[in-house]
Amino acid sequence: MNAWTHHLIIAPILVPLLASALLLFFDERKRVQKAMISLVSTIILLAIAFTLFRIEGGPNSFDGVYLLGNWAAPFGIVLVVDGLSALMLLLTALLGLAALVFSLARWHAVGAHYHSMFQLLLVGLNGAFLTGDLFNLFVFFEVMLAASYGLLLHGSGPLRVKAGMHYIAVNLVAAFFFLIGVSLIYGTAGTLNMADLAARIPQIEPDRRMLMEAGAGVLGVAFLIKAGMWPLCFWLPTAYSAAAAPVAGIFAILSKLGIYVILRLTMLLFADGPSAGFGSEVLLFGGMATLVFGTIGVLASQALGRLAGYSVLVSSGTMLMVLGISDGAISSGALLYLVSSTFTIGALFMLIELVERGQDAGAHVLTVTMEAYGDGEGQQAEEEEGVMMPGTMAILGTCFAACAILLSGLPPLSGFISKFAMLSAMMGTGAIGTPLGPAVWTLIVLVILSGVAALIAMTRVGIRTFWSSLEGTVPRVLVIELVPVMFLLALTMILTIQAGPAMRYMDATIRTLSQPSVYIDAVRNAARVEDWKKAGDAGTGEP
Amino acid sequence: MELVLSIAIGVMTACGVWLILRPRTYQVIVGLSLLSYAVNLFIFGVGGVKSNLPPILEDGVDPGTLTDPVPQALVLTAIVIGFATTALFLVVMLASRGLTGNDHVDGRNDPK
Repeated sequence: MNAWTHHLIIAPILVPLLASALLLFFDERKRVQKAMISLVSTIILLAIAFTLFRIEGGPNSFDGVYLLGNWAAPFGIVLVVDGLSALMLLLTALLGLAALVFSLARWHAVGAHYHSMFQLLLVGLNGAFLTGDLFNLFVFFEVMLAASYGLLLHGSGPLRVKAGMHYIAVNLVAAFFFLIGVSLIYGTAGTLNMADLAARIPQIEPDRRMLMEAGAGVLGVAFLIKAGMWPLCFWLPTAYSAAAAPVAGIFAILSKLGIYVILRLTMLLFADGPSAGFGSEVLLFGGMATLVFGTIGVLASQALGRLAGYSVLVSSGTMLMVLGISDGAISSGALLYLVSSTFTIGALFMLIELVERGQDAGAHVLTVTMEAYGDGEGQQAEEEEGVMMPGTMAILGTCFAACAILLSGLPPLSGFISKFAMLSAMMGTGAIGTPLGPAVWTLIVLVILSGVAALIAMTRVGIRTFWSSLEGTVPRVLVIELVPVMFLLALTMILTIQAGPAMRYMDATIRTLSQPSVYIDAVRNAARVEDWKKAGDAGTGEP
Repeated sequence: MELVLSIAIGVMTACGVWLILRPRTYQVIVGLSLLSYAVNLFIFGVGGVKSNLPPILEDGVDPGTLTDPVPQALVLTAIVIGFATTALFLVVMLASRGLTGNDHVDGRNDPK
């Protein structure tokens, strides 16, 4: 990376942070200005994330260590961007843009400070993906959570307040687990810098090792709550289905944040040495239980919102199981699955609201809240002016079918490609002729069964929604509400067509992750800017 | 000193856990506060319990006569964040009370 691109590493945190601060200066009535600021910030974010992604996907990756305040690594705090972080940043920006555009139709107007909270959520997510320090991870996690509390309550109503209260209580307890884990790790290893920690863990003496592992376990619980591993997941379907549609759409990536942190920490901290493979059984069996629970939930749920909530659990369960096996080839398939399922679930949550709008109380509640919130008159007029989508039912039906295909993992979309990549890697784990282990067989069966369950459930709901509605009430859907959904589904299409390059990127990412020494050396050898004033004058601010 | 500290952490954690399992929102929030005190003390404790020692390293000072400054910085951040989220939780609790008319965590009207 040359001088100016190096500073791009901190931009995904700074840009939305500045935008959210700026948004506070505008009155709630200046909706257009607020929307424009938020939109511009998210588009800039997407451009930055894409640039970082291109750089990391390039030949000489791993130059992405950014020393904050120009302090050397174990003493100061660092931001690290590698293949995995860059991928997650891009995923966040794409999903964020889609959810934001979707909300501009009406949802951003049903409560106060929507855009500020949305940008803060992006700050927290990007920071958590970038940080190379456990305590900063906690800080960004809390920023993200605080924003998500506000967003979950956005639009108000008894259902959201109730779900929000449970969500906040569960996540506050998770934050305590996080703190206990972090402080136990600090007490035993004496550092919070992830790279430093990874280098020190193999040398910890045995009497302290147990305490350190206990700390790591407690820390893991915090992320497993976020990822929704059974039995820590009962809050998730309720909270996600109660949230406003664009909020639920962006929430699709919050559970992936839990997965990301677990992937990052297990591959970095427990790669080798006496603690190698710590926690993998928990992930494997917990993942299986989550997948079974999610599958049953998908089959049992009557409402579309809950179905999507349980689909989040299914995808979390699949990812956790694969992380439990911790095999390189399967993991890169799972990364592809992570990307594909994030897009799918994000699109599904937004689509659900559009589909249900024509049906029943959903839209009704919204109008009531909007009237309660004030200036319903102006809002109503604005709504009438919006461009209606032609052929609404046909497009909604097609999008719904695409979601069903993606969730169940049928060809031709990326759900199939990613599941195929995982399953074929699982089949190929043993050498030819050796039988596969019972764990791998269970896994294969469960993944396929969850796909079948998703197919059954989606077909049933689809028939009920699209074919048997004799009334023929066509929901009023605006273009800017359908375009984001179609955009996310188009991304899965691109992922299918570009499966080769995507898979190569995932393989390279997993290969880098499975060599912790690369990460450790990069952080430890990150050079400071020797004379920053002189360097600044010369126009090269490279640390 | 260590004994007093660990007993205090233990008692507060026990009370906190019991309280957050109660069905009334007020009990839950008091439980959460107690748990956050316990966690903050715990973070303090992992740096080693020392009294009357400065956390500032200067030239010619033996590091053995200092307290660890990192847990103090951590606990400060944790207190701020915990305080803010507790305040938010209180607001949500009040909203729930207003919407449902009772203070049960599920919003159900329990005769007891």
